[in-house]
Amino acid sequence: MKRHLISAADLSRDDAVLILDTAEELARLADRPIKKLPTLRGRTVVNLFFEDSTRTRISFEAAAKRLSADVINFSAKGSSVSKGESLKDTALTLEAMGADAVVIRHHASGAPHRLATSGWINGAVVNAGDGTHEHPTQALLDAFTMRRHLSGEGPGVGQDLAGRRITIVGDVLHSRVARSNVHLLATLGAEVTLVAPPTLVPFGVESWPCEISYDLDAVIGKTDAVMMLRVQRERMNAAFFPTEREYARRYGLDGDRMARMPEHAIVMHPGPMNRGMEITAEVADSDRCTAVEQVANGVSIRMAVLYLLLGGNESAVAADRTEESK
Amino acid sequence: MDAHTSDAARSVLEAPDIARVLTRIAHEIVERAKGADDVVLLGIPTRGVFLARRLAARLEEITDKPGRIPVGSLDITMYRDDLRLRPARALARTEIPDDGIDGRLVVLVDDVLFSGRTIRAALDALGDIGRPRAVQLAVLVDRGHRELPIRADYVGKNLPTSLRETVKVQLTEEDGRDSVLLGLRGTTPADGK
Repeated sequence: MKRHLISAADLSRDDAVLILDTAEELARLADRPIKKLPTLRGRTVVNLFFEDSTRTRISFEAAAKRLSADVINFSAKGSSVSKGESLKDTALTLEAMGADAVVIRHHASGAPHRLATSGWINGAVVNAGDGTHEHPTQALLDAFTMRRHLSGEGPGVGQDLAGRRITIVGDVLHSRVARSNVHLLATLGAEVTLVAPPTLVPFGVESWPCEISYDLDAVIGKTDAVMMLRVQRERMNAAFFPTEREYARRYGLDGDRMARMPEHAIVMHPGPMNRGMEITAEVADSDRCTAVEQVANGVSIRMAVLYLLLGGNESAVAADRTEESK
Repeated sequence: MDAHTSDAARSVLEAPDIARVLTRIAHEIVERAKGADDVVLLGIPTRGVFLARRLAARLEEITDKPGRIPVGSLDITMYRDDLRLRPARALARTEIPDDGIDGRLVVLVDDVLFSGRTIRAALDALGDIGRPRAVQLAVLVDRGHRELPIRADYVGKNLPTSLRETVKVQLTEEDGRDSVLLGLRGTTPADGK
C-alpha cells in the first residue's frame, strides 16, 4: 500500500497543489521558537546518496528532523558500495534496519523506480535525483517559489500556475531538474518554453508538454520566470558548444538581458551556480534572483512530501504509475 | 455533512441561542480574567476559528477596546494522536497574533468538546509556540464522553448525548447558517464530533 514519489509526472494537479499548500503552512514553522513538530516521531528516514550532493541531502535531513523522524545518512563513498555491493543488497540492509522511507539519489536514471517496484523494501521511496531523469522535489520547490512570487497578493494557497510563462534555459539534455519542472509546471497549467543550443536539447523532446526555442532574446521579454540551468560539465563527454564564452554570450543571463525581462519576473537557479557561465555575478546577486530562497523553500517542500507520504496510514499523494505497471 | 444525517438531525441551538451563548461566555471571560487585558483567543480550525473571532468582537464591545483583543488560530493536525489511523490530511492555518502568547491568558476556542483528544493536541502545540500565563478552554457544546482528564472553563451548552448520536455545529461563515444539530450516527460515516 505504500506509495512513492518517483516522478513529477505522477502527480496530479490536486496532488501538487496539496503539497504546495502543505509546504506553505509548514514554512511558517521557521518563524517559531521551536522549529519542530512531533509528527514523524519513531519513523526512520534513510538518505541514500550514491552521488554527491550538499543542498538536497541537507535539505532532506533538515526536513526529516523538523518532523522528529530519525535520520540515517548513507553516502556511497566510505560505504560497502565502494567495495562493490549492489543496489539490491544495500536495499535489503536498509530494510532489515527498518527504514520507513528511503530518499535516494543515484547516478543511474531509474534507480529509484527499481527500488520502489522491486519488493526489496517496504518503505516509501522518494526520488532525490536519478541520473538525467527526474528530480521531483526540486520541481516542487521551484513551483512553490514561483507561486509565492507570481500569485499577486498573498502566497497563493490553493492556486496553481495557470497561464504563467516560464522559460527554462541551458543544459536541458543533462538536466533532471528541467524534465521534472516541465512535467510539473504543465500539470499546474503554466506555459513552459525550453531554450538551449540544439546540441543540448534531449532526443524526444517533441513529446514534452512545452515549446522549444534556440533564441533566448526572443522569449525573455515575455516571461514571468526564467530558470537558469547549470552547465553540467561533469556529465559532458563530448563538445556540445564551441567555447564557454560563446555559450555565456548566447545563453547566459547578464544584467542587460535581465533588464529586458518584465518588471515582476524572477530569476531562478537550482544551484550550484557557475558564475560567469550561465549566470553573471551581477544577476546572481541581484534581488530578483531567488536561488537562496529556493534552498529555504526546499526544506518546507520536503517536509510536506515526507509528511504526506509517511504521516498517515497511507500516502495522501502520488497515485503512481510505477505500482500499476508492475 | 451529508444529506442523510441532516434529514434525521434535530436542531438544539438556533442562531439567536448561539448569539446569546457567545455573549454570556464573553462576559464570563471578562469576569474571570478581571478585564480582558492579557487575553489571547485561539480558535481550533475550522469552526473554532470563527467562534474565536465572534468572541473577540464581543469582548471588544464589553471592554470597549476595539481591535485590541488578539485572536488567532491553532491547527493541531500535526499533533493528533490518531494521525496513523487515517491518510495524512491537509493542514489548516496556524496564525499566532504578533505579540505572541508568552505570559498571556490563552483561551482556546472550539465548537464541540467530546473525547478531549483535540484539546490535548492543542496543549502540546501551544507548548511549542510559547509559555502562556494560563490556558483556558471555551466550547460551544460539551457533549460528554471524555477520554482524557480535560474539562472546559466556559461551556455554551451541556448536551448529554449517547455515542450513537452525532453533534454538528453549523456556522454562517462556513455553512451558511448558525445552528447545532443533534443526529443519529446512521449508515453514513459521520465525523462524530
